[in-house]
Amino acid sequence: MAVLVIADHDNVHVRDTTHKTVSAATKLSGDIDVLVAGKDCGAAAEAAGKIAGVRKVLLAESDSLGEGLAEAFQALVVALMAGYDAVLTPATSQGKNIAPRIAAALDVAQISEIVEVIDPATFVRPIYAGNALETVRSSDAKKVITVRTSVFKAAPEGGSAPVEAIAAPAAPAGIRFIGEEVVKSDRPELAAAKIVVSGGRAMGSAEEFQRVIEPLADKLGAAVGASRAAVDAGYAPNDYQVGQTGKVVAPQLYVAVGISGAIQHLAGMKDSKVIVAINKDPDAPIFQVADYGLVADYKAAVPELMEALSQAGK
Amino acid sequence: MKVLVPVKRVIDSNVKARVKADQTGVDLANVKMSINPFCEIAVEEAVRLKEKGVASEIVVVSIGPAQAQETIRTALAMGADRGVLIQTAGDTQPLAVAKLLKAVIDEEKPQLVLMGKQAIDDDNNATGQMLAALLNWPQATFASKIEIDGDKARVTREVDGGLQTLELTLPGIVTADLRLNEPRYASLPNIMKAKKKPIDVKEVASLGVDVTPRLTVVKVTEPPKRQGGAKVETAAELVSKLKNEAGVL
Repeated sequence: MAVLVIADHDNVHVRDTTHKTVSAATKLSGDIDVLVAGKDCGAAAEAAGKIAGVRKVLLAESDSLGEGLAEAFQALVVALMAGYDAVLTPATSQGKNIAPRIAAALDVAQISEIVEVIDPATFVRPIYAGNALETVRSSDAKKVITVRTSVFKAAPEGGSAPVEAIAAPAAPAGIRFIGEEVVKSDRPELAAAKIVVSGGRAMGSAEEFQRVIEPLADKLGAAVGASRAAVDAGYAPNDYQVGQTGKVVAPQLYVAVGISGAIQHLAGMKDSKVIVAINKDPDAPIFQVADYGLVADYKAAVPELMEALSQAGK
Repeated sequence: MKVLVPVKRVIDSNVKARVKADQTGVDLANVKMSINPFCEIAVEEAVRLKEKGVASEIVVVSIGPAQAQETIRTALAMGADRGVLIQTAGDTQPLAVAKLLKAVIDEEKPQLVLMGKQAIDDDNNATGQMLAALLNWPQATFASKIEIDGDKARVTREVDGGLQTLELTLPGIVTADLRLNEPRYASLPNIMKAKKKPIDVKEVASLGVDVTPRLTVVKVTEPPKRQGGAKVETAAELVSKLKNEAGVL
């Protein structure tokens, strides 16, 4: 049984999510190839080859792959699947965009956001915003799997797999890439950060969100997240959203500021090692999952926290 | 332009799901059920397209039990024109749903299929993309903005890292994310009017689609409970505990 992992990369590096997906793949098979698809992403392919346990890296490059078009990924991966029994991709927005297309083209189910591999046909996945865990067994000959990477340990570096360039499919019809706005940040990526500081609706404005949440995040070397309410209100950009339908994070430390803790938000952060909640409402549901709750108005509590962190040498 | 909107009947988003003691699933007996929130956003967007004169007819399709007619009525009260219910018994998984929708689409021939990106019960986020593959249509998932110009749809998508804009040549599939719009509340006159709008009920067998589940549910369990609830009095105490007790600073 051989498995294919579709890499998450930025053309130069492979993201940590790829290492974690390789780690999930090792529970299915020892023969793991990694597909690096994009444009001008040879460096990322070299980097993927260094992940321990990888047999071979396949490098496919074209404009439409670089643009991330699902139609192009479908054509590429479906053609490769003659040689594989399973394909895994991290459950990033791109993984979720492409994997079901691949599954349907292969006439198989997708096994979404797995958190555990029981055996090569049986998997555990969260449903109902993580309020239940479903164990499913697939009867399909080939498996198409997205991986909730926050729960898997990253495969270490130390491999030296060869890179093989393969042909890219023709540009798909009926779809054209117009452009993208990427939020540039020097902070760690939300999905991979060791510490996350998130703000909620209590911030009241985008200016207040930036004034309160961002300096605290910078002091802790943390990524910035937000509740859906804060994103909906325009206080924070969409890719900050932590929750059932946003990003799922499991950092060492999650600090929730002015977040009440709706079921949908808890779904995105309740696997964090340590949760801190700052909220002036003592009955806020966030306190039920918090290891350390501070019942206080963030306006007073965050400056005090900054001060206490400084005194502690942060 | 005809717009088709698939809608799903799911547990209400404000209800916390409880796992059944026999581990066969989630207890839905006497639980409030509603239209899936993302489907509701897709319906709202279709209605707005109709109000702008872009869409001429909105057909709402649901796959589920007889009670899914209520879900269709919700969409009709928001402004959709007519409904199709494909009545099924038991669990219909995304691949089967996509195949059933394809059968309806082959008949209805819409220019645009607008649907929710994800159902909040099984959290698969798969049906739209699967349908696009089966139809060999272009897709734009996780839409936060849709502009239609003739046979082109320009769609802004919420992706990791920011926003991406794609242009689809229709027919195509667009899946709705949270920020696409804020769905309206149906007015009482519109709710009354919706009762008179037609719903065509079909049986799965009439569509010639194999809906056998590909995934067998072995068991459904509760996730491990988190021991929370401890409080600290001051920020200084918090920092001290994070440093000395939790060891995360």
